[in-house]
Formats: sequence, structure tokens, C-alpha cells
Amino acid sequence: MKLTLRVWRQKNADADGAMSTYEVDGISSDMSFLEMLDTLNEELILRGEDPVAFDHDCREGICGACSLVINGDAHGPERTTTCQLHMRSFKDGDTIDIEPWRASAFPVIKDLVVDRSAFDRIIQAGGYITAPTGAAPEAHATPVPKPDADFAFEHAECIGCGACVAACPNGAAMLFTSAKINHLNVLPQGAPERETRVLDMVAQMDDEGFGGCTLTGECATACPKGIPLVSITSMNKEWLRATRKVKR
Amino acid sequence: MARTVWDSSVGKKTVMAVSGLIMLSYLVVHMMGNLKIFFGAGEFNEYAHWLRTVGEPFMHYEWTLWLVRIVLVVAVVAHGVSAYQLSRRDIKARPSKYVHKKPRASYATRTMRWGGIILALFIVWHILDLTTGTVHSGGFQEGRPYQNVVDTFSTWYGNVIYIVAVLAVGMHIRHGFWSAAQTLGAGSRTRDRALKTVANVLALLLTCGFLAVPVGVMTGVVS
Repeated sequence: MKLTLRVWRQKNADADGAMSTYEVDGISSDMSFLEMLDTLNEELILRGEDPVAFDHDCREGICGACSLVINGDAHGPERTTTCQLHMRSFKDGDTIDIEPWRASAFPVIKDLVVDRSAFDRIIQAGGYITAPTGAAPEAHATPVPKPDADFAFEHAECIGCGACVAACPNGAAMLFTSAKINHLNVLPQGAPERETRVLDMVAQMDDEGFGGCTLTGECATACPKGIPLVSITSMNKEWLRATRKVKR
Repeated sequence: MARTVWDSSVGKKTVMAVSGLIMLSYLVVHMMGNLKIFFGAGEFNEYAHWLRTVGEPFMHYEWTLWLVRIVLVVAVVAHGVSAYQLSRRDIKARPSKYVHKKPRASYATRTMRWGGIILALFIVWHILDLTTGTVHSGGFQEGRPYQNVVDTFSTWYGNVIYIVAVLAVGMHIRHGFWSAAQTLGAGSRTRDRALKTVANVLALLLTCGFLAVPVGVMTGVVS
């Protein structure tokens, strides 16, 4: 396959960026999207040019490092991560636009790499449980009803890639934050911090400069792990409950 | 970290949802009242007078009406201010657009902000037209709302302004009612279809109900 790539190039956080056009040839339809970018970078290095910087790590769709907006879609046309997107989703001769996540809370560091540490700080605000240290307890020591376990697991699938923020017209992090809150708030292990967790994490989300939810549903459409839009509803419900219960 | 409801984006959304639902319930009553115009000038004008005497003798003349007006003003201001502040935050959170643009979300969802602005302007016009009579066409008559309504919808601009606003309100409710349910935590996977249906039915009923009056005047059913 021969492709035309239009890639966002930006030297550093302070520099102005622009789209640059590149031609790549000899792309196999079995290559992953990142392997296609590797091919481009090899050529750029051979030509003595600066390779395109992009985030990647496990390349198995489970770490949440890869982050590209491909033809206007976070993670591209398939419901998966960019590393699990294959070139068979494109045709010979296609022009592909590749851009970084866009949100003021995710500033561009270089080219397609953005700073997602805002997510870490939201987790630090309450995305944990007070667990006793030492040997792991018996698995059946704390009974968890099956529907609750399923609900928690569905939300635990969030890999924190930030596609929800990239897809949201308001740059909101509601889907990410709600997934993390719902995952722990439904479980007995998460009960001691149930109220403070939702209040603190939502407050941190606001402080990071993410936008608010207007229920467009773009986040849930973009999410490679299929976190549903109704997660945000559950978070709102938890937030209202906590606001009523906690007087501080 | 102490936070009041007003400081939080989720809290402001709650204010929007509650104030929106207050205005929506008012609109339902308002629409039903409007339809009395099809029973003739006598019944319509009598109904309009009754609105001023509701609650008597416990309430004084027009007290109930003013109570409703105060609640509505508070709701409109709360809705507008939170919408403005949330929109400012949203626009700031996404300063640079994507080069590769795609059509996103439904028409009703994308037009919430402009629709809201249109509705705010319409409310001002509507009050100046049919409550105070300031901009009314052809001699506003206090206590004769039937004639005033007929006069308003006998002008082309009266019809155009009203019809645009009613279509905007329908769109606004279509996305707004369902969204309010999500903000208040009332939505769920099993209830989603029902909530969307209620939103669509409410939007359709209100649009048709409000449009019936200008259409009635234009076709001569009301004159």
C-alpha cells in the first residue's frame, strides 16, 4: 500500500505546530498503525530528519499509552486502541490525517505526544482504596454480589488512554473519572472512601481544566474499552449522594 | 477541599437540570392554557383573569401569579448563568480544533447553546409583546388577551419570531430533558430508551401545542 500521511509536527510545548505531509510506500495491510508509523520514522531517520514522536508501550491494547486522532477519530476508525488498529482498515492511496489529543488539560509535548499527567492527579485525589498491607486475604473473605462485580469490572477496563477527552467537544474527562469512581465505589473494598472519592476526584478534574459534560456521547463512542455513557450518570448520582451526606 | 455545589462543574450542571425542569413544567401548563383559545374569547379571557385570582382568598389578587413569576425568573437566571459559566469552561478546555473535522452528535445536541440564546431573546420579546404590550402591534388591551394574541399573529414578524422560538424550544427539550435526567443520576441502561421517548414526546407535544395557536390565527380558526 502507498499512503499519504498528514502528521501534526510540533518541536516542543512552546513551539507552533503544523500539519506536514509524508508519502509512505510498501505498507502491508497486516501492519498495525504504529508499525506503519515505525516505517515512516525509519525513512525519516535515514533521510536525517527528526522522526515523528508518538506514545506507545505494550502494543497489545491494554496499557493506554497510544493516543492518536486518526482522520478525526480518537484511535481511528475501529473501536480499539491505535496499536490494535491495522492497516487493512485503510485503502491503497488513502490520505490519513494524524493529530494529537486536543485538550488544554493535555498539552502537546512534542509532535503527537501529549502530557496526560492530569489523569494521574485525578487518580491521586481518590482513585485508591485503604487496604491492609501484608498477605492477600482469602478471596471469599469479602463477599461481592455478582452484578456489583460485573459493574466494577466493566469500569475497571478503563486503561486511562484519554480518548474520551480527545473526542469530547468540551475536552471533558467525565468518562475517565466516572469509570475510576464507579469501579471502586460499588465494591465493599471501596466503601470507606465512597463519598470523599467522588467529591475529591471531581474537584481535581475541575482543577485540571477539563470541560464539563454536555451529554454528546462522543466519549463513549471513542472509548476503546466500551465504557458506557451511563457511567457518567452513575458518577453524577454518587456525587449528589456524597454532597448530601458529607458536610465539610 | 471544601466545595460548594456552585463551585463544581457537576454541581452547576445540577443547577441547570433543576432550573430546566422547573421551566419545562411551566411550559407544559402554559401550553395547555394557550389551547383554551380554541374555545373562544370568553373562555380564554376568563381563564387569563383566573390566573390572577388563583389561591384567593388565602392569596391576594395576583399574588400567586407573582410567586410563579419570581420562581421563573430565578430559574431563568440560574439556568442562563450556569450555562454561560459552563460554556466558558468548555470552550477553554478545548482551545485548538482538529484539522480533520467530522460531523458530530445530533442537531439538537449541537444547537443547545445557540438555541438557548434564541430562547432567552424570545422570552424578552414575548413579555414585551403580550404581557406589558410595549412592542405589541396595534393597540395592546389590558385584560383582553384573546384580541392581543390575534393581533400578534396577524403580523408576519409576530409569526416568524414565535415559530422560530417554538422550534428552538422543541429541540432544546429533546436533548435537555434526557440530559437533565442523566445529570440528576436518574438515567440507567434499562431506563434509557424510556427517557429518550419521554423527551421526544414532550418536545413534540410542546412544539405542536404552541404552534397550534399561530396556525389557528393564520387559518382563521381563531379570529
